Order: sequence, then C-alpha cells, then structure tokens
Amino acid sequence: MNTKEKERIQHDFKEKMDYDELLNCMRCGFCLPSCPTYIESDYDEVHSPRGRIALMKGVVDGVIEPDEDVKQSLDMCLGCRACEPVCPAGVNYGHLLEQARDIIYQNKELPKHVKVIRNVAFKGLFPYQNRMIGVTSLLGFYQRSGVQQLTRKSGIMKLFPDSLRTMEKVLPEVPKRKEMKNRPRYYKPIQQKKKKVAFFSGCLMDTMFLSTNNATAKLLQYAGCEIVVPQNQGCCGALHGHSGEKDQAKELAKRNIKAFEKAEVDYIITNAGGCGAFLVDYKHLLKDEEEWKERAEHLSMKIKDISKILVELDFHKKPLKLDQQIITYQDSCHLKNGQKTFMEPRQLLEAIQGASYVEMKDASRCCGSAGIYNLVEPEMSMQILDYKMEKTKETKAKTVVTANPGCLLQMKLGIEREGLSEEVEAVHIVDLLLKAYEEANL
Amino acid sequence: MFTDQVKKQLEDIVGEKNVAASNASKLAYSYDATPQFQSLPDAVVSPKTTQEIVEIMKICNKHKIPIVPRGSGTNLSAGTTPIDGGIVLLFKHMNNILEIDENNLTITTQPGVNTLQLITEVEKLGLFYPPDPSSMKISQIGGNINENSGGLRGLKYGVTRDYVMGLEVVLPNGDIIRTGGKLAKDVAGYDLTRLFVGSEGTLGIVTEITLKLLPLPETKKTMLALYEDLHAAAQTVSKILSNRIIPTTLEFLDQPTLKVVEDFSNIGLPTDVKAVLLIEQDGDSQSVDRDIHKMAEICRENQAVQVDVAKSPEEAEALTTARRSALSALARLKPTTILEDATVPRSEIANMVEAISQIAEKYEVDICTFGHAGDGNLHPTCLTDVRDSEEIHRVEKAFEEIFEKAVELGGTITGEHGVGAMKADYLHLKLGEAGIDAMKNIKKAFDPNNIMNPGKIFAKNSPKRVVVSQS
Repeated sequence: MNTKEKERIQHDFKEKMDYDELLNCMRCGFCLPSCPTYIESDYDEVHSPRGRIALMKGVVDGVIEPDEDVKQSLDMCLGCRACEPVCPAGVNYGHLLEQARDIIYQNKELPKHVKVIRNVAFKGLFPYQNRMIGVTSLLGFYQRSGVQQLTRKSGIMKLFPDSLRTMEKVLPEVPKRKEMKNRPRYYKPIQQKKKKVAFFSGCLMDTMFLSTNNATAKLLQYAGCEIVVPQNQGCCGALHGHSGEKDQAKELAKRNIKAFEKAEVDYIITNAGGCGAFLVDYKHLLKDEEEWKERAEHLSMKIKDISKILVELDFHKKPLKLDQQIITYQDSCHLKNGQKTFMEPRQLLEAIQGASYVEMKDASRCCGSAGIYNLVEPEMSMQILDYKMEKTKETKAKTVVTANPGCLLQMKLGIEREGLSEEVEAVHIVDLLLKAYEEANL
Repeated sequence: MFTDQVKKQLEDIVGEKNVAASNASKLAYSYDATPQFQSLPDAVVSPKTTQEIVEIMKICNKHKIPIVPRGSGTNLSAGTTPIDGGIVLLFKHMNNILEIDENNLTITTQPGVNTLQLITEVEKLGLFYPPDPSSMKISQIGGNINENSGGLRGLKYGVTRDYVMGLEVVLPNGDIIRTGGKLAKDVAGYDLTRLFVGSEGTLGIVTEITLKLLPLPETKKTMLALYEDLHAAAQTVSKILSNRIIPTTLEFLDQPTLKVVEDFSNIGLPTDVKAVLLIEQDGDSQSVDRDIHKMAEICRENQAVQVDVAKSPEEAEALTTARRSALSALARLKPTTILEDATVPRSEIANMVEAISQIAEKYEVDICTFGHAGDGNLHPTCLTDVRDSEEIHRVEKAFEEIFEKAVELGGTITGEHGVGAMKADYLHLKLGEAGIDAMKNIKKAFDPNNIMNPGKIFAKNSPKRVVVSQS
C-alpha cells in the first residue's frame, strides 16, 4: 500500500469508524473459541474478532498504519458473525467489519483486473436481474449444448484453481431463460388463507436456484399463505455490503424498500440466510438517512425466514415423509447469527417421518463459503470446508440440509472434493420439505 | 535490545513462521483484557518444545530482551501486556495433555492446554479439577498457573495454587528445574512450586505442570436467592458460613450486573430485585439436599424475598455460565469497564459491600459489584469512559480508597487476578516496603537481568499506565 492510500484510509478510519462500538469491545476474548479463522489460522489473534477490532482501533488511534497485513486480517474474516451471539459486551462486530472494509476498498487502488472484476460483478451484474438472467442463461447454454462436456474433456479447466474447477462441476442445472423471465407475481393460498406475505425472490435464487424459489412458493401456499412477489425488487446488496461497496448496497436497499412498501403484507419471506440478515440490517445501513431510516425499519421488521413462518403456521405438524435416511443440518451463519433462526429448521427436519435427524458437531460453524470468500480466499475457505466435511461424515448423513445458496454450493463442493457424491447429497431445506410434504400428502 | 540479528537467531530456533513481527501481529498481542493498557512487543514467538524455550531464554538474557509469557491474554491486571516491549511468548504449540494418572490422581500437561478442555478430559474419567476461572473457555492452564487464577468454586476448593503439585520451569539463564512431583508429601527445601504459581511470569517460564485431581462429586445443586436489600444479601453470606456450611459456590450479583447479564444470556434472571446470591453445593446427594435446604432457610431468615432451586442440571449450568459473563456483559453500559479484585475476610463482606457503595457515591462514579462473596473476593466494577480524563481520575481515587478499605478490614488488593502492572502501585498497601523488598530480592535471585515480564508486580522504574493517546 502506498503512503497516499494509507493516509486516506487512516483519515477515513478516524472520520467514519464508530469509535463507541470499538470501545465496546473490552477484549475479554469470549469470541475466540467461536471464530473459525482464529482456529484455522492456528490460533493467531490477528485473525480473531478481538484482534481485528484492536487493529481497527489501532488505526484510528494512530498506533499502526493500515498496511497490507491489516487489510489481509480484515479480508480473511468470513463475516460469519459467530462472534456476535457469544459476545457478552454485545459488540456489533459485523457493522464494524463492513465500515472498515468500505473505507479500505473505497480508498485503495486495486490492481486493474481486480477492479474490473469487482466493477462487473458489483455494479454491472448483481443489481440488474435481466443481466443475471442473461449470465445464468449462458451457463445454461454451456451446460446443455455439450460445451461443458467438451471443456471438461479438453483439460482447459486445469488452468483454473482446484476449488473453482470443482465448483464448475457442482453448479446446479440452470433453468431455461423463458422460465426465469416469466416468474409468476402472485400465488393463491392452496388451503385456508392464514397470512398474506411478500416473497423476496433474490438475484441468484431467482436465476440459478429458480426451482428452489418455486418450491418456496409452493410450500408457502400449502402452509396457507397468499403470496405476492413485487416486481421491482432486486439483489439485496449483501455481497456489496460485505465487500466494501456500501454505497452500492444502500442504492439496492432503497430500491427494495420502494418495491416492498406498497405490498400490504404480514411478512416478507426470504429463503436465503445471507439475504435475510442483510435485509434485517437495512435499518442500520440507512440509519443516517433521514428520509429512509423509518422506511428501512419498517421493512426490517417484516423480514422472516421461510422456516420460521412454516413453524409459526404449524407446517411441521402436517404429515411429512421421506425414505429412511439420516439427515443433518448445516446452519447458515447469517440465518443463525444475523436472524437468530436456528431452532425452526431443526424442528421442521425432526418432524419428517422416515428420516432421522442427527445434529452435526459444530453445525453452526461457517462452511467457508461466505459470499465470494471461497473465490478470493480459496486456501482458508477449503481448510474450513475440510473440517466441515469431517463433521458431516461423522453424522453418516445421506442428506445435508442448508438454508442459503452459498452454503448449498459450498457443501456440494465439499461432497465432490471428498468423492462422496454417490452417497451424500446437499439440498436446500425448502426443496427437501416440499419433497417430504408431497411424499406424504399427494 | 531486539535487533534484526536477534530476530534471525530466534527464527533459527523456532522456525521463521513462528516469529511474527508485522505491525498487525505486534498490535494483536499488545494488550490483554485489562482496559487502558497497551504496548507493542518487538515480536511474537511461538516455540514448540522446552528446549527451544531454553535457547530463547539464553538469547534474551544475553541481550536483555524482555519476555512476556502469554496464554490467551484474558487476564485483568495487565499481566501479559508487554509494557517494556521485547517478545511475547505463546504456548499454542505446547498444547498437549501428557498424562492422566488414575493411580495417583494427577494430570500432567503442557502449558498451552485450554482450561475447559482439561476439565472436560478429566471429567470423562470421573475425575475433577476444581479451579474454574470465568475465562476457562478461553484461558490456558499455563496462564492460570502464572496468575494463580480463582473461579466460582474457590470457596470450597481453593484456587489454582491448591492443585499444583509439580512444575518444570525454564529459568532466565536457561537452566531447567523441576519442582514437586506426584507426591502427596514433599518437604525437601523451599517450596518452589508455590513460589512459581502466581509469580505472573516474572521468575521463569513454566513448561510442564502436574496437577492434583479429586474424585468427581456425585451430584450438585444450584439455587438463586433474591433480595430487596443489598446489605441483607451480603449478611446472608456470613450467616451461611457461621452455620458451618461451606457451599461450592456463593456468588453475589447486584442489580445493574443482573440486568446486563440477563440482557446477554436471556435465561430469565430476575432483574427487579436489588441483589441475588447464586449458591451451589456438590457432594453426595443426601448431604447436598440437606445443605441446600438449610441454606434456603438461612436465606429466608435473612430477608430473601424468594429462593429458587434450579430444576435441572441444564438450568443450573445456564445460571453459572451466565454469571461467568458478568464482567464482559457490564461493558454494555459504558465504553470503558474497569474491574477490580478487592478481597476481605468472609465475615467482612457486608461491610465491604457497604463501603464500596459509599465510596462510589463520594467520588460520584458508577460502580457495580459482583463477585465470589463466599470467599470474600469482590469485583467492584467501574463503568466509565476512558476519554473523560477527569472522571478517570476520580475512578482511580475511588479504587485507591477501596483498596485501602479492603486492607484495613484485613483483606488484600487482589484475590485472584494478580498484581500485574495494574495494581503495582497499590502493592505496598498490602505488603509494606519490607515485604516488597523481600519479594524483589527473590526476583533478583532468579532473574538478575530483569528480563522476565518486567514492569509487573513492582511499581518502581516502570511507567505507570501506558495509555495509548487518542487523537
């Protein structure tokens, strides 16, 4: 990092970091045992929440410069927020991390290719659902046309890093462009109407994982919901927020607030742990903008994960059935730590007849996916995934259930890396529940 | 002095990746859990064997480079803050339990083993290691030895010191000595084991530890007694003891502490009363039942408004776990949380609690009190803001008076956290000049070059509080 960048970053740290929040950390270390990167870095405080907060404060206080090592420490954080629920002092670590990353990434001159990739992804792709559809369709073409076969045979994939190569294999079969373009905007309840909800369909979830979104709608219908899917909604902005693109995240948040505030509904339902937590956090993201503060709070209040509303509507008391098998659950960090939802998925899974639920050790420890973390920090990500797979194997589960698209892909990747794809399958909880419902009721 | 050449030599001993000297690494090891203290080391070194430590010692002794042995940095006396620079020595690679000896009821371990892990391992075999510092989920056993840590079970079972039977220690000149052993009886010469326990890393580096184990108590029960009157709660403590009952745990929490602990733990603690006593007894089920029943009676006789016995082991565990979070949870209220460790004879608890509230009032500072009332060990905790220097000054005045009062009541300036850098200025209150001199001479005999954790325990020739300036 050159001197100018350091000065700018230091200046912004002093101006913008929430110093009260930094002081709130009283350095007791209660966070240490819950931090995956602290554990996997061989207990290095630099890669712990306590250490990272100390580094941020060190920069504000002028004790150290924001050099590459400081940046690396912040980059290495998964943002899983496992440190938050165990912090007796109640430090909002996630907010501090977002602030710090935003300052660094807005002031640092990034290498040209990184800048291009970030611009394409954050500014050119995710905010535009039609472009997401376009790119996903390309992937669909790649998969269906035979190019995929050809590519794999040609050995060209050998040019990519190991984890990316495996990721290419585990991507789901994507839907046809027409399907993505014409997603329904309204669903009637199938049985007696109990609630009216809006569905946050997301960007990735509504393209690559469209079938899971469709399954979500069906489940909600079976549970007695009338559903609207507001037209002008889009990407939640979590990837932006977590990667130091706060302004972009705010723009996306405002768009979603506008899209949802017209819908008069009891809840806004999400089926991706990461998106849900970020939507809940809109109230913090926009806390300094008078015009938006209350509107954001209004939206945040209504956010509810699919598993939570299903339990609320007694869906787990309906007949649910699957073939005899062991199932286990991998918590989505943000669903658990951001939305405090962890009992409900388990309640639902335990209700499935035929299947026996086995809790995985450290089920709530991050799988290492963490947005684009597995692409930018592949080494640490794979180390964390290896631990996760070890614990998965110990459960002897046939099915690993997840509640977030990133985790789903990461667990698929882990299964593929372990050569277990014949015996073990990773699924989104929604897809599994729909299957269990239809098996028992239809 | 720490030079590039010294760094190279250290790298030759422990390997390059085990000597960290980046600014980020130095900052991440520049503090412990003590507020207001921070100072950068020159490097952070992680040896793998006793022999490597011997060689590190020789180099540091030759070049007069301070060594600060550090477990997980959870201590509350700035005992592991590298206030004179030098190297911070970590034990993360020395984290093996070497032996659990079921015939002699001992465990032999390296210093880097996590305390909770040690407790869990011995309990699997029906054995019991009683010291349970609140930081046990995080702390390392080596750190517990250096600081002579206490915990919630101290009343009945004592502190770390009472379980250390033998040590292997590397002295500053590189000699390795072994003290004690698996013996129940050993009176050969000075008791060096006791000397090293609680020496706060100022005499040598503990590299191996043999601890005494007990049979695991058959059962335990936990109860909460609620009070509308602070004084009545404190009074109950003495009454229980004078009734010849020694419970495992007898903890005191005042209302503000209860509120923040409940805020964090959400287990349904009462927050509308002025104080609670958390009481635990272990042993065979008959005597536990008898003691719990009797203590409940004593509580009621002493104005407890409600007494509840935990219905399940899980509920009991939740209560004690919540109590362990008290200090950190208090940080919710104000930016800076300064915790102290004043200790008095058990019979003086009520007087001390009263004195603390009077002193807080006199200096107009916010002090919450909780602690191990049963062993006389209170943690008056001041909620303040480090940026308000005028208030900080009053806080220091108040604590000085609290210490004076504790000593006046026959107590001490620290019951379980150690002197470190934080309380060095107050040590004379307890020891007097002659006492301090005697200790200094011991220090000199072991560590003539003053390389072992300098600036700790003894006040002179060390900067008082190294407060990082904030612009």
